[in-house]
Amino acid sequence: MELTGAQILIKVLEDLGVDTVFGYPGGAVLPIYDALYDSKITHYLTRHEQGAAHAADGYARASGRVGVCFATSGPGATNLVTGLATAYMDSVPVVAITGQVATFLLGRDSFQEADITGITMPITKHNYLVKDPGEIAQTVVEAFYIARTGRPGPVLIDIPKDVSAAKAHYKFLEKVELPGYKPVLTPREEEIKKAAALINDSERPVVFTGGGVINAGAEQLLLQLAEKINAPVVASLMGLGGFPGNHPLFLGMLGMHGTKPANYAVSECDLLLAVGVRFDDRVTGDVKSFAPKAKIIHLDIDPAEINKNVRVEVPLVGDVKNSLQLLLGMIEEKKPEKWLEFVDELKEKYPLTYNQECGLKPQKVIEILYQQTGGEAIIVTDVGQNQMWAAQYYKFNTPRSFISSGGLGTMGFGLPAGIGAQVARPDRQVVVVTGDGGIQMNSQELMTVAAYNIPIKVIILNNGYLGMVRQWQELFHQRRYSHTELVNPEFVKLAEAYGIFGVRIKKEDNLEEKLWEVLKHPGPVVADIWVDREENVFPMVPPGGAINKMLG
Amino acid sequence: MRHTLAVLVENNPGVLARVAGLFSRRGYNIDSLAVGRTENPDISRMTIVVEGDDRVLEQVVKQLRKLVDVIKVQDITSEQYVSRELLLLKVNADSETRGEIMQIVEIFRARIVDIGPKSLTIEATGDEEKIEAIENALRPFGIKELVRTGKIALLRGSRTSNINGTKEEE
Repeated sequence: MELTGAQILIKVLEDLGVDTVFGYPGGAVLPIYDALYDSKITHYLTRHEQGAAHAADGYARASGRVGVCFATSGPGATNLVTGLATAYMDSVPVVAITGQVATFLLGRDSFQEADITGITMPITKHNYLVKDPGEIAQTVVEAFYIARTGRPGPVLIDIPKDVSAAKAHYKFLEKVELPGYKPVLTPREEEIKKAAALINDSERPVVFTGGGVINAGAEQLLLQLAEKINAPVVASLMGLGGFPGNHPLFLGMLGMHGTKPANYAVSECDLLLAVGVRFDDRVTGDVKSFAPKAKIIHLDIDPAEINKNVRVEVPLVGDVKNSLQLLLGMIEEKKPEKWLEFVDELKEKYPLTYNQECGLKPQKVIEILYQQTGGEAIIVTDVGQNQMWAAQYYKFNTPRSFISSGGLGTMGFGLPAGIGAQVARPDRQVVVVTGDGGIQMNSQELMTVAAYNIPIKVIILNNGYLGMVRQWQELFHQRRYSHTELVNPEFVKLAEAYGIFGVRIKKEDNLEEKLWEVLKHPGPVVADIWVDREENVFPMVPPGGAINKMLG
Repeated sequence: MRHTLAVLVENNPGVLARVAGLFSRRGYNIDSLAVGRTENPDISRMTIVVEGDDRVLEQVVKQLRKLVDVIKVQDITSEQYVSRELLLLKVNADSETRGEIMQIVEIFRARIVDIGPKSLTIEATGDEEKIEAIENALRPFGIKELVRTGKIALLRGSRTSNINGTKEEE
């Protein structure tokens, strides 16, 4: 039987097991939305395509499945760009389906035409313009395969309106044959041997865990390995949750806002076992003085990450699960007593602290959140100070419980990603930690929250500033607060305008009691928390500096 | 140092933009890029000359390999290979200089392919050195227009850089 291209699209999505999409209709996707009308797929109508892209991203990060979003041609498609770039930088599997003007209108600057495959080439793992309805099914299968295998990433499929309206036969073939795409899954044996020998010989090893561990589902193997050799563990921002945050071997986050024990340990170690990380400049600081005494073993599925930012001694290219498994079979148990003593002293000497004497401290809010959720919530953050305080003061004990825009640093990510996370995991408490700046970048999605009664708790750490930018102005621009002071709406009234329960918490209020009410409320809540206005995130490595030279 | 890369790509629309875009956004310097179909109509081959030290080259090659449409990348710089470039050059020529120019063309085993009242158009093929040399030899007469195809290259002997890899064929 012949189906329209749009019907084929919906059918292949169903056959791939997709049950949730986020999107926004428009002229060029009319046939697709028409076919969706008859489908069992649940569609969440966001209020902006950027919201749909971030929601699909949050869905993917929380569930480990591929997130899907729809948008129309031209402005609809270009509104996905920030979301796709965010997913690309953090290796998140997202498939975006965009409508395109009809093929006979392509290239004529037609109404709502944009060359979205051209625009998204640098920010997608791959993309397609489909010109034949008979190719839609195969293209979608390929796109999902590319998005979720190897190093995950976003893939975009652009479908002209006449192609989604034209008819073809539907055939579902799950097999994918791409001559130029063959991810290497297992590292070479001699490299594994070299790595194992280095680990066995090391006296001051550190394990550095990143987002790749979570993507690969390798957290159990990582735990086994760290415990077998008793190596202290540090994490990148994306790696939080890949190793239990309350484990005695865990030293916290590494880098610009990393903990002192983590930064000092890496600066002193003789071996750095880097697992699923890409040595971002926010982690390394000055590359020349990064881990100066260490030999580096780098486990990654993407060969292009090897020697990109730092030179490594032994590269293990492959699925980190395979690499860790092979390593575990070849390394000896050990307990580097002197090194562990040194690291324990660091932990004792340099705990994360803040001045609790005056004002309502944002760090306190996060600490209470951790206590009251028992560390069981999925914390979705925005970008800036709120993000760093959440990363520092909440202990993430399980993977996929910290969701944050790391690589691109996208303000406005928190709320829509929180929607996606809650849709993916209705069984978990989802808390969005945002700032007064970040919430206003996609606050229209409060309507999506209200319309579907998505019970997320939105915690606004409101300091009336673009806090992180203000912090940099204070530290590096002589307190010249150029355009970082924000005049805000009344967030409680804003929430109420959308039909959402809103509360304001000020310093004279009982923070613990109020936060408990917020968390226990059955539906969505917006909590506008007025925190100390000029609180800073410390420790801090000044940009480009060595990571063992921290402020605060 | 300049490196010569043999790159096999799927003959899909946009593949040139993907490759060229990768070079520009990562700040790699392309010296020349020549592209055309191979014996298999589904596959095109790009010969890319890129400037950079070993670290840059390692990244260029790895980033190229990441592209889904790129089937194979081989740095043939240190291999034995035959390379050619095609040059078309229009040079000022009057009755006084014409004879001298024709002699130069002869020396370089190039060809005159068009003639105008005040110009000659010359076609030359050869490796980079030869092309540079003929260009330099003709420059004093006044070059009106010049176009080069960029370098193409094949490994010597029976070795190939095709899909099945670099190997001696039986």
